[in-house]
Amino acid sequence: MKERILLCGNEAIGEGAIQAGCQFYAGYPITPQNELTAYMARRMNEEGRVFIQSESEISAINMVFGASLAGARAMTSSSSPGISLKQEGISYLVGCELPAVIINIMRGGPGLGNIAPSQADYFQATKGGGHGDYHTIVLAPSSVEEAFSLTFLAFDLADLYRNPVIILGDGVLGQMMEPVSQIQNSRPKVKNYSKDWILNGCRGRNPRIIRSLLLGEGELEKHNQRLQKKFKEIKEKEVRFEALYLEDADFILVSYGTVSRICKAVVSNLRSLGKKIGLIRPVSLWPFPEEIIKKTAKRLKGILVVEMSAGQMLEDVKISVEGACPVYFYGRMGGGVPTEEEIFKQVIAL
Amino acid sequence: MEKTFSRPKSMRNVVMHYCAGCGHGIVHRLICEVIDEFKIREKTIAIAPVGCAVLAYDYWDFDTTESAHGRAPAVATGIKRILPDRIIFTYQGDGDLAAIGTAEIIHTANRGENITVIFVNNAVYGMTGGQMAPTTILGQKTETTPWGREPKSDGYPLKISEMLSLLPGVVYIERTAVNNAKNVLLTKRAIKKAFLNQIENKGFSLVEVLSSCPTYWHMSPVEAMKWIDTEMTKYYPLGVIKNNC
Repeated sequence: MKERILLCGNEAIGEGAIQAGCQFYAGYPITPQNELTAYMARRMNEEGRVFIQSESEISAINMVFGASLAGARAMTSSSSPGISLKQEGISYLVGCELPAVIINIMRGGPGLGNIAPSQADYFQATKGGGHGDYHTIVLAPSSVEEAFSLTFLAFDLADLYRNPVIILGDGVLGQMMEPVSQIQNSRPKVKNYSKDWILNGCRGRNPRIIRSLLLGEGELEKHNQRLQKKFKEIKEKEVRFEALYLEDADFILVSYGTVSRICKAVVSNLRSLGKKIGLIRPVSLWPFPEEIIKKTAKRLKGILVVEMSAGQMLEDVKISVEGACPVYFYGRMGGGVPTEEEIFKQVIAL
Repeated sequence: MEKTFSRPKSMRNVVMHYCAGCGHGIVHRLICEVIDEFKIREKTIAIAPVGCAVLAYDYWDFDTTESAHGRAPAVATGIKRILPDRIIFTYQGDGDLAAIGTAEIIHTANRGENITVIFVNNAVYGMTGGQMAPTTILGQKTETTPWGREPKSDGYPLKISEMLSLLPGVVYIERTAVNNAKNVLLTKRAIKKAFLNQIENKGFSLVEVLSSCPTYWHMSPVEAMKWIDTEMTKYYPLGVIKNNC
């Protein structure tokens, strides 16, 4: 019999991290991700691993920096305002090429905003976020099951590319409960990456330095060129998406995370009415699934992008479409969640 | 003939970038001497600050990382919790430790992390060109206090070591100076104790070293050494501030 456990998204992320061998977690309380910190407090302790409730999000990301350079799989989590505070640390992690997993369970902004679900941190997550020319890998789960599996994957990608990976969810995903079967049944195998760059004392080798300060003539440009080469490789290899009915669709919805769940219901409704509608759900927001959107757009009457923001992923969709078909947008902001009916009406009106 | 003085093994044989009369070179060297004497070079991991000492890894011949400005104690926490049998120390200036990194140093100390902190207080921001530091003394002229530090507008010099000594997680804090031979020897003794505490798993130790910055104090190196005695130690008295071991 297939065993299934009922978990909320925040807990599933925590369990994904535990099973991926996360050895270090530091975090600071913020709604709507508190279940994750509480889950880690209990589970990390049970597993004999390190849990620290830090004095701030800034400290948490810098503790992760330390744990990562010492060779550990390390994670921190927060929600939008807290993620803004972590941006300096994320930039340093990228500059020093240190792996880390960072969870953002987004809430309404700007400023203190509210604690309702939002997707308004898309730009921050996918375009760099902190100072300097860089990207983090960004994965966007749309179910509790996927919150588990993508968190597990995030640790592998972080180690493989020596780059931070962000799990971008929202308040709905963090809070909602769904059965997860993978935890008990098809437990994925933890990969071991040889880390010949960590600082653990120079016994039997030359001392190592971890830094992002490069003052020599042309040194920093060379470092940046190397980073860009790595980002190019990630773009080629790590695009992930889900597609529905692209074979015959003449109109598609593009959405991610929680919103894609609502859009799927709309697609299935419209399909039952005989409409040739499809859907693309980016799973990796960076790298963005440009190719599939570009290829599909050429034979479409139009695309509707739906987000819980003023239209952020919309820009990446437009870049991908290159004017091949009209791109429309429907969004809700400040914690508003679009209903199935709202999206249905939007599609019918087009 | 016996050789009585040479470069510590933990120190690279390179020319330092520090200005004439700067105390950083002395403090770097004392740390290396202590590391050699404890034979812990191969298990030491240092965290360099943002500030003049950011290039410390060019001089130290053991594993060293950089940290974001003020965050060294948080980085040290992450390393030490993962590698509890290694020796972890942060090297921080006054701006790094007592201004931008105030939260990190207080909470790392309060958690009683078993690390060593070397806090170099020269009462000024050196790397950025001589601005007011949290430890700049009253009346001291800097780029951002051109008429001298004035408490009404600039606040008071921060006695962070005294503040930290109130925390139960802290086992040892001493303030020393590197402005004359005797004080250099006392500084070495304090640094040695701060490392020994960590080796013996006693907890959080910090040595505050009053150090000179002739360039931004606008003095000759000799005047700067005297200024530590006549002005700085008036506000920052030397000696053991806390010893719980």
